[in-house]
Amino acid sequence: MALVRSDVEKIAHLSKLHLDESSSQEMTRELSQIMSFVEQMDQVDTAGLTPMAHPQHAIQRLREDTVTETDHHQQFQEIAPQVDCALYLVPRVID
Amino acid sequence: MIFQYSLAQLSNMLSEGQISSIELTQYYLDRIDTLDKDLNSFISVNAAGALLQAKAADEQRAAGNASLLTGVPLAHKDIFCTEGIKTSCGSKMLDNFIAPYDATVVKKLKAAGMVTLGKTNMDEFAMGSSNETSFYGAVRNPWAKDSVPGGSSGGSASAVAARLAPCATGTDTGGSIRQPAALCGITGLKPTYGRVSRYGMIAFASSLDQGGPMTRSAEDAALMLEAMSGFDERDSTSIDRPVDSYAKTLNDDVKGLKIGIPKEFFAEGLDPDVGSCVQAAIDEYQKMGATIVEVSLPNAMLAMPAYYVVAPAECSSNLSRYDGVRFGYRCESPVNLEDLYKRSRSEGFGAEVKRRIMIGTYVLSAGYYDAYYLKAQKLRQLISQDFSRVLEKVDVIMSPTTPTTAFSLGSKTDDPVSMYLSDIYTIGVNLAGLPGISLPAGFAQGKPVGLQIIGDYFREGLLLNMAHKYQQVTDWHQQVPEEFTQ
Repeated sequence: MALVRSDVEKIAHLSKLHLDESSSQEMTRELSQIMSFVEQMDQVDTAGLTPMAHPQHAIQRLREDTVTETDHHQQFQEIAPQVDCALYLVPRVID
Repeated sequence: MIFQYSLAQLSNMLSEGQISSIELTQYYLDRIDTLDKDLNSFISVNAAGALLQAKAADEQRAAGNASLLTGVPLAHKDIFCTEGIKTSCGSKMLDNFIAPYDATVVKKLKAAGMVTLGKTNMDEFAMGSSNETSFYGAVRNPWAKDSVPGGSSGGSASAVAARLAPCATGTDTGGSIRQPAALCGITGLKPTYGRVSRYGMIAFASSLDQGGPMTRSAEDAALMLEAMSGFDERDSTSIDRPVDSYAKTLNDDVKGLKIGIPKEFFAEGLDPDVGSCVQAAIDEYQKMGATIVEVSLPNAMLAMPAYYVVAPAECSSNLSRYDGVRFGYRCESPVNLEDLYKRSRSEGFGAEVKRRIMIGTYVLSAGYYDAYYLKAQKLRQLISQDFSRVLEKVDVIMSPTTPTTAFSLGSKTDDPVSMYLSDIYTIGVNLAGLPGISLPAGFAQGKPVGLQIIGDYFREGLLLNMAHKYQQVTDWHQQVPEEFTQ
């Protein structure tokens, strides 16, 4: 399947990636190539098959509703780009 | 020479007092220092930390509290979080990331007394089959330095092949332990999905990722796997089942075992020289009394397209956490939140990671989910059923690990699909969640060839047993590239 530039730009936006002119062109070519390859899947009729999400068909375990973790926020925030008063800082969202 | 010794032999030397862990650790640190310049198999070397761990290991031995692996050094793939040591995952995004905790695998091997020499190079976020997508540069294959070591665990494979570490950890999402093990002439095992904890192992495709050992021999892999496996309540997909004693069954007789040879894995695309080596290995098993039967995995060739939907889809979701807010790379002076996200991610991720995030986002987006993701999950079911049907009739399946030997650096970087095809024989195993091992089975064009053995769920013991028996009658696994025998 051939993707066009506008498809790729939309996917880039959803992926929160910025693509410049030349990389957008390159990405359009590569993604089209990969998607054509992926379309080999259509050769097989999969009607009636259950989609497989986990190889062991395991189900999510439940645990007691008790506190198991201690507070590590200080340690975790030591490696954060910008923190103030135990809050992660980002550029102003509301003017 | 010490670098030729197995884990059991090193353990013996340590317990007999012939060498201390400090001496052994220093020996490997020296090898890394002198021999890794060309290979680039390490991202971080943990010299000071390793010597401290070695000292503690020696004290433990002196106090009589040692386990078999106490004081034996190893290297970790840089995808495993290691407290206090940079964990980059081969990406600029995590170039400044020092994990605040140890991955369960790291913790378990530490608890066994093993010493961390450093963190090995890898394809960025484990996305690649040649180790060329690493932010820290390509890794070279010690057998042919103009060739790739395979990927994504290319650094671990190259380091073990050059004997810069006695053993290393790796992870395998589509072949990332087995393919580099094959291309570098070492032994690498991908366990059953759920056998080894994924906690603290940076996620790429969560329903496929699995950590495992990369070693000189099957015997070493057995010891390492036993130490790193087991149930972990911190990993919601971990399976609560006791760990087998893999070392105990290594010498079991292979006589009477049935080996299935899938005809689809010996068809077009397989290098004839690689095919001959693999056939010779299969003949060796026949000599040992195993029965060979031809089997069919009719949908095997659909594993590749299904994988390139499932893995990118999960990757796009997993990698959405890298947003420049809580940890990792953040762009300079973002003007607003959107700019912060987009520039941090665009500047922090490399080309292959971006490609996979884009594919994943596309196949999960509105209107395409059923056509791609759901379809791929159904194919996954079909592929898994094919394996189950065959494994009801035979004990193991044997095939080449890769269609060719190590390819030249740069030869596939412009063609993503051709790069993806180097995992054609390994990917189905991940989709089905089965265990698989690659072991050295000779040389073609002067480069190593790998034999892949696939077993039923939780039959790692049988895979290791079969690999070990082969290694008792061959010496491919003991060969070291000339330059690294000093």
